[in-house]
Amino acid sequence: MSLVSPTAISSVHTDVRKALTRRERNVMGLVVQMSMLIALLFTLLILFTLLGRVISDALPMLEVRGTTFLTSTIGSDPDTIGIWPGLYGSFFIGLGVLVLSVPLGVAAAIYLEEYADHRKWYNRLVMVNIRNLAGVPAVIYGVLGLVIFAGWLQPLTAGKTVLAAALTLAVLVLPIVIITSSEAIRAVPQGLRDAGYGVGASKWEVNRDHVLPYAAPGILTGTMLSLARALGEASPLILLGAITGRLPETGLTERFTALPMLIYRWSANADPQDATLSFSNAAASAGVVMLALVLLFNITAIVMRSRFEKQRVGQ
Amino acid sequence: MNRQETTQVRMMTEVHEQTNQVAAAAETEPVFSVRDLSVYYGEFRAVRNATLDVREHEITAFIGPSGCGKTTLLRCFNRMNDFIESARVEGAVLYHGVDLYDPAVNATEVRRRIGMVFQKPNPFPKSIYDNVAYGPRLMGMKKKADLDAVVEKSLRGAALWDEVKDRLKQSGLGLSGGQQQRLCIARAVAVEPDVILMDEPCSALDPIATARIEDLMKEIKSDYTIVIVTHNMQQAARVSDRTAFFTTEINEESDRRTGVLVEFNPTAKIFSNPDDERTEQYVTGRFG
Repeated sequence: MSLVSPTAISSVHTDVRKALTRRERNVMGLVVQMSMLIALLFTLLILFTLLGRVISDALPMLEVRGTTFLTSTIGSDPDTIGIWPGLYGSFFIGLGVLVLSVPLGVAAAIYLEEYADHRKWYNRLVMVNIRNLAGVPAVIYGVLGLVIFAGWLQPLTAGKTVLAAALTLAVLVLPIVIITSSEAIRAVPQGLRDAGYGVGASKWEVNRDHVLPYAAPGILTGTMLSLARALGEASPLILLGAITGRLPETGLTERFTALPMLIYRWSANADPQDATLSFSNAAASAGVVMLALVLLFNITAIVMRSRFEKQRVGQ
Repeated sequence: MNRQETTQVRMMTEVHEQTNQVAAAAETEPVFSVRDLSVYYGEFRAVRNATLDVREHEITAFIGPSGCGKTTLLRCFNRMNDFIESARVEGAVLYHGVDLYDPAVNATEVRRRIGMVFQKPNPFPKSIYDNVAYGPRLMGMKKKADLDAVVEKSLRGAALWDEVKDRLKQSGLGLSGGQQQRLCIARAVAVEPDVILMDEPCSALDPIATARIEDLMKEIKSDYTIVIVTHNMQQAARVSDRTAFFTTEINEESDRRTGVLVEFNPTAKIFSNPDDERTEQYVTGRFG
C-alpha cells in the first residue's frame, strides 16, 4: 500500500471539515422545543396564580386568628370559625387509608405479581378490572359507601360517621395503591429474586427480604399519591352526609366533616354583614392548611424514599 | 436435521452412559443422573433427550453455541426453571437417586443443597457481611459468633477475605465486578451446599478476575461438586474434568432450534480426540 499523497489528504480534510461543521437550522426541532417550554411555563403560571390567590386570601384570616383557626369549631360567623372538625375528620380518613388500603393494596399487588398465574384468564381479568376501578368517578364510591359502609355495616360504623368515610375513601384509593405497588414490584430485577432462591430462600422469604425492600420507594410513592387523593376528595363525603354547618361534638361515632368539605362549602357561603373576615378567607385558609399537610407528607415521603434508594444502590 | 442423526446421537449418549457406568464402578456414585431429559417452554422444546452423569468433586462443564440449552439444563439441577411459568420437563434429573421433579420434592430444600452462581454478579443490596450471612440466617443461625465465623470462612473460601475484611459493613454493590462475583460464591458456599452450579460466572469479568475465579473453582472442588456453563472453550479446557458439548438442531415442531447433547466425555478427550465430528469442529473453531 502506498502512502496517500499530501494533496489527497488536504482535499479529504477539507471535505470532512466541511461536512462536520455544517450548520443546519433545524426549524422543526426548535419549534417543538419552544412549544414544550411554553406548555411548561403555562402550567407553572396557572399553579403560581392559584397559590398566590389562595395565600393572599388566607393571610388576613391566619394573621387575625392564628392557631385559634385550627382549634375552633365550624359555624356561621367567619370571625370565630375554625377547622378543628375538618382536621379531625381528615386525620381519621388519612389514618384509615394508611391502615386499610396500604396493607391490603400491597398484599394484593404481591399476590398478583408474584403468585398469580398470569396465563390464567381470570387473573388477567382481575388485573384489567383493577385498572378500570382506578378510573371510576369518586361520587360512585360515595354511593357505594352510603349503601355498604353507612347502611349495611351500620352496627360497625354507626351510620354516617368518620369511620364510614374512612372506609369509603380507603376503597376509593385501593386500586391506585395496587397499581403503583404492582409496577414497583414488576421493576424488581429478576437477578435479585434468583439470588435469594439460589441460597435456598422460600418464595415468601424472597418477597419479604428482597422484593419488598427493593420495591419500597415505588410503593411509598403510590401510598403518598393515594393519601393525597383521599385527603382532597369531597364528593363521596357529600353523599355520606358530611356536616358543614354546626358540629359541636367530634367523635368516631358522631357525624363528621373533613377539610375538602369545608373548603367546598365555605366557598359558596354568603358572608354575614357585620363580619370583618369573610368565608372566602376561611376557605382559602383551610386550603392553605391542606396544602401544608400534603407538602409535609411529600417531604416525609421524599426523605424515606431517598433512604430506601440509597440502600438499593449500595451507598 | 433428520431422524437418522437423532438416533445416532441417542445411541452415542447410550454408549457413553455405558462407559461412564464402567468407570463409575471404580469412581464415586453420580451426584446427578440426567435421564432422557427434555425441557419445554410452552410448546417449544428447548432441550431434547439429554442423558449424562455428574460426579462428586469434579467440575463438569457444559459448552456449546448460544441457544443450545446448556443454561436451561443447568437450571433444572436446582429447579430454578420453576419460576418460568411456561417451563416444564420430561424425563428425570436424579440427585443421589432422588428425582428432583418428584411432586413430593420441596424445591427450596433442593436449592439449599444445590447452590447457584449467576452470569451477572447479583449481590443483595446489603452489606458484604449480610450478603454472606443471609443464607445461614435463613437456616436459623442466630448467634453472632457463629455468623462471624461462617462469614469469615466463606469469604476466605471465596478468596475475598483479605480484600474486604476491613469493610464488611459496606454494601456489596460497592465492590468491583470480580469481587462481586466472588462475594456471590461466598454467599453460595456459606450454606455449605453439596453442589455449586455456575452459569457463565466469568462472562461479565475481565481476564484477571476470570483467572481468580478459575483458580478458586479448582481449590474448592475438593469440597464441592461443580457444574459450570461456559461460552469460553478454553475455560472448560482449563478447569473441568468432564465436558458436555451441546449444539442446536432444527426441529419439526417449531422454527426455533432445539438444543441437543452431542457428546459427554472427559475434558481431555473432548479437546484432543472427540467422538463426534461436530464436537471436533466446534472445539477447533470451525463452527459455532
